[in-house]
This record gives sequence, C-alpha cells and structure tokens, in this order.
Amino acid sequence: MFSRAYRAAITLPPLLWVVVFLLIPYALLFCFSFWAVSPAQSIVHSWTLDNYRELLRVNVYLQTLFRSMWIAARVMIFSLLLGYPLAYYLSFHAGSRKDLFYQLVVIPLWVSYLVRAYAWKSILGSDGVLNTLLQYVHLTQHPLDFLLYSPFAVVLTLTHIYTPFAFLPIYASLEHIPRPLVEASHDLGAPPFQTFWRVIFPLSIPGVAAGATFAFVLSLGDFLAPLLLGGPSGIMISNIVVSLFGAAYNWPLGAAISFCMMVLVVALLFMSERLEKKWSFR
Amino acid sequence: MELSLRTLQNSVTGSRWLPWHAASVFGFLYLPIVTLIVYSFNGSGVGGFPPRDLTLAWYRLLFSDEAIWTSVLNSLLVAIAAVIISLGFGIPAALALDRANFPGKALFRRLVLLPLILPGIITGLSLLMLFREADIKLSLVTIALGHGTALISVATTEVFAGLQKLDRSQEEASLDLGANYWQTFRHVTLPNLRLSIIGAALLIFTLSMDEIAVSFFLIGRDNTLPLEIWGRLRRGITPEINAISSIIFVFSLFAILIWYRMRVASEVQPEIAGELLESLSQGD
Repeated sequence: MFSRAYRAAITLPPLLWVVVFLLIPYALLFCFSFWAVSPAQSIVHSWTLDNYRELLRVNVYLQTLFRSMWIAARVMIFSLLLGYPLAYYLSFHAGSRKDLFYQLVVIPLWVSYLVRAYAWKSILGSDGVLNTLLQYVHLTQHPLDFLLYSPFAVVLTLTHIYTPFAFLPIYASLEHIPRPLVEASHDLGAPPFQTFWRVIFPLSIPGVAAGATFAFVLSLGDFLAPLLLGGPSGIMISNIVVSLFGAAYNWPLGAAISFCMMVLVVALLFMSERLEKKWSFR
Repeated sequence: MELSLRTLQNSVTGSRWLPWHAASVFGFLYLPIVTLIVYSFNGSGVGGFPPRDLTLAWYRLLFSDEAIWTSVLNSLLVAIAAVIISLGFGIPAALALDRANFPGKALFRRLVLLPLILPGIITGLSLLMLFREADIKLSLVTIALGHGTALISVATTEVFAGLQKLDRSQEEASLDLGANYWQTFRHVTLPNLRLSIIGAALLIFTLSMDEIAVSFFLIGRDNTLPLEIWGRLRRGITPEINAISSIIFVFSLFAILIWYRMRVASEVQPEIAGELLESLSQGD
C-alpha cells in the first residue's frame, strides 16, 4: 500500500536525526572515556585505559557508586510500598472514583521536579515547616537536624518524585487482569488473601518490574536532589561526575564514570524486560 | 461478563486498611504542593509554623523581577522549539515504525526511547561532548536541540499509539481515489491523529519547561526558568520562588483541564502519561 518513496520519506529524516543527536553523542561518551587531559588542560585524543584504572584505584568512586545504588534501592522499595497498594486500591476498590483518583496521582507530575525538591527543603529545614510545627505543639524543644542535609532527605524527596512512576505501570498491569479470573478464584473458595497472592500478584509482576526499574534507574542518576538536600553524606555518583565536568576539569574520567552508569542502567533495563516477558500472559 | 463492584470487593483482600493507605499516599504527594502554595503568601519567609502575615508582597516582587521573566521567555522559546523538533521528527518516526521495514528498526526504537529512561545527566553530557567536538557554542539553541531530541520519544510513542487505533482503510480509500501521499497524510492521517498529537505537544511542552538535567550541561549565557530558579536556590530561598512555581502550577492545571475536555469529547481516549510509561516498560 505504501510506495518506496513514501517509506523513505518517513524513515530517513528521523533516522538521520537520531543518529546525529543520539547515537553519535552516546558513542562519543564511550570514546571520551578512553581519552586523556594534558597538563595544559586540553583533551588529548589518544587512547588509554587510565580512566578506568583510576576509577578502580580511588576508593571514593566505587564507594559513592554503591551509596547511590543503596539510596536508589531504598527509593525503589518505598515507591513500591506506596505505589502498589494504591494501585491495587484504585483498581479493585475505588469503583466510580477510580478516574478521579488516577488523575490525582498524575497531577503532581506536572509540578516541576526542582520545585518539589525545593518544597521538601522548606519543609525539612531547621527553621522549616516541620520543625517549627513540632516546636509549636511542644513535641520537641530544638529543631531536629537529621531531617535536612542527610541521605534521609534525599530518599524522602526522590520517593515523593518517583512514586507516581512506580504506580502507573503497576496500575496498568492490574487493570489488564481479566476480572472473571478474580471471580473464579473466589467462587472456587479461595479466601481474599489467597486470591491476591495466587492470582492477582503474579499477574501484576510485569508492572512491578517496570515500576521498580523506573524508580531505581531515575533516582540512581540524580544529582540535583543530593546537591539541594543531601549535604556531605548524601553525595551521589552523578555529583562527582558534575564536578569532574566542572571545576575539576577531567572530562575523560567523568565520561568513564558516566559510561559505567549507562552500562549498569541498560543491563537493568534488559533484566527487567526479561522478567516482564517471563511473567506476561498477553 | 461484568462483575458488580460488591462481588469484586468481596473477593479481594484489604478493604479495611487500603483506603487509609491511599489517603496517606495522597497526603504525602500533595503535602509539598500545598506547602509551596501556602508559603507563597507568607510574609515572614519560607517555613515557620504557623504561616503568618499573609501578603501578596512576594507576587508583587515577582512581577517586577526582570531576570525571572526573561528566563520564563527563554523557557517558552525553548519549549516551542522542542515541540516543533520532536513532533517534526517524532511523527514520521511513528509512521516509519508502523509501516516501514528498515535495517536496525529495533535498535532505532530503543535508541529513541533511551533519553527518557537514562538519567538525564548521561544524555546531557553526551550532547555536551557532541557540541564541543563540533565546535558549536552553547546557547538556548543547543538546549532546544537537546530537549527536542530527548523528547522525540514522547511524540513517537503517543502518535504510534494513535496509529494503532487508526483504521487504515480510510487512507487506502483516499489513495485509491487519486489523492497523493502528501494529500492523504494531510487530510486523512493527520486529522485522525489530532488528539494524540495535541496530547504529545502538551506533554513535550511541559516536560521541556521543567527540564533541568540536560539543560544544566548545555546552558550558554541565557538561563531557562528552572536554571534561574536553581541559581537562586543555591544563594538562599525566598517565597518569590514559591510564587512563580504556584503560578506555573495553576497554568499546568489549566492545560490538563483543557486536555481532558478534549479527550472526553472524542471517541478514542488516549491516556498520555500512562501510554508513554507503558510503552517504555514494554521495550518492543
């Protein structure tokens, strides 16, 4: 039905654009990670493994990477703990208010990421809303200082930002479950919890895998929330990359770290996709 | 077979504690937003309970703050350019994925989606290296190129979802009746995709207005709004930031409302953010 010329006209322009502005830049990141910086602070296009050696040699890089993964893992767990029951409630209990509630989950996504992180800062700070409230009702005498500038603040803020991302795919997978299956389980005498555990939960695993991946991957690479709320103990791997591209001026080392992060993320996406395929019934 | 809600509720677990859990999650999601808006009227600065000395002073300060409005204008220009770029390449990309076979199609599809799933810092840095190696000076143009490229995925997914629901016999009829490809695209395909395209444009616009991770690395001399806010946050916080954020929030609400009115009025009801996340999670 579609001629060769038509197919070429719809394929070539986007293909070309994506090659120039996505494929080549990602490939450049890879190349940069093997280049070096000369003493005169210019990039030398000669190939070396030094950046990767440096990465393994200096403890702080791997330590920070593991800390970032630990922060991301907590964000993932909390987003699932908040998102899954909410999705389940909407899908099976909310009835006619389902659509309204769905919109209520989506609306916070339209508020700027930066602004929400900043709002948490104004809540958690030592003269912030929470501390002054606690003192106002005489629960505490002095501001609690662990609230802000700590990994806690980063995990809390990122959980707030990524809970809707975890919720949406879980909700979609729950909505796809044929309701007669649930009724059949009930009719065959399964108590409600067994119906959930043996019927509903296994069918929602693809959504859980997708939601978990979003929450983990997106928080792993974050550098703004740690800068704004993390303090020295909340520094994440991307903060190191930012400083290597800024004041420290070592682009090749920064590229090596970024490339490792990219490999990690793509591997996770691949695994989650396998998991989704395995548990998918469609 | 349609089940009554009651039967369904009886056969599933958790009816007692789930509503409380849902209420607390909503509380958690909305607490910062409510705080943000309330303290934009707070005379004695950000924080401090209870809010006191309610005032419009911060809004007045905001309206006479030229740096903010310049950055808003910059952000609007970038967002419009991003919408044009990502629709301009995203619509053909969706058509290509729907109806052409070419080597590397699977890779192409994954590559297009990648900027949305990869942490923004990686895409930002990669583009920074491209512009550096190509000797292109950083400016609002480079930010627009970055946003446009990263958000092609949004246009592609939304339009692709729209194409799946499209009845191809209409296009066939148009071609049979002697219209050429361009006329068929313009008068048959495009009108049918109208809602998907408007939805995608709204989403791209909003995402671009809010984007910071990619812009952070591609910034030249002129600030976009998020970067202007970022600069101020590092210096110290005033309710002026709350004021501008509240105004933008209200605008976004209007955009969502308009979108829903359009969606309700049409027969196919695309679910913008939901479709995007679903297609991201399906991989191919």
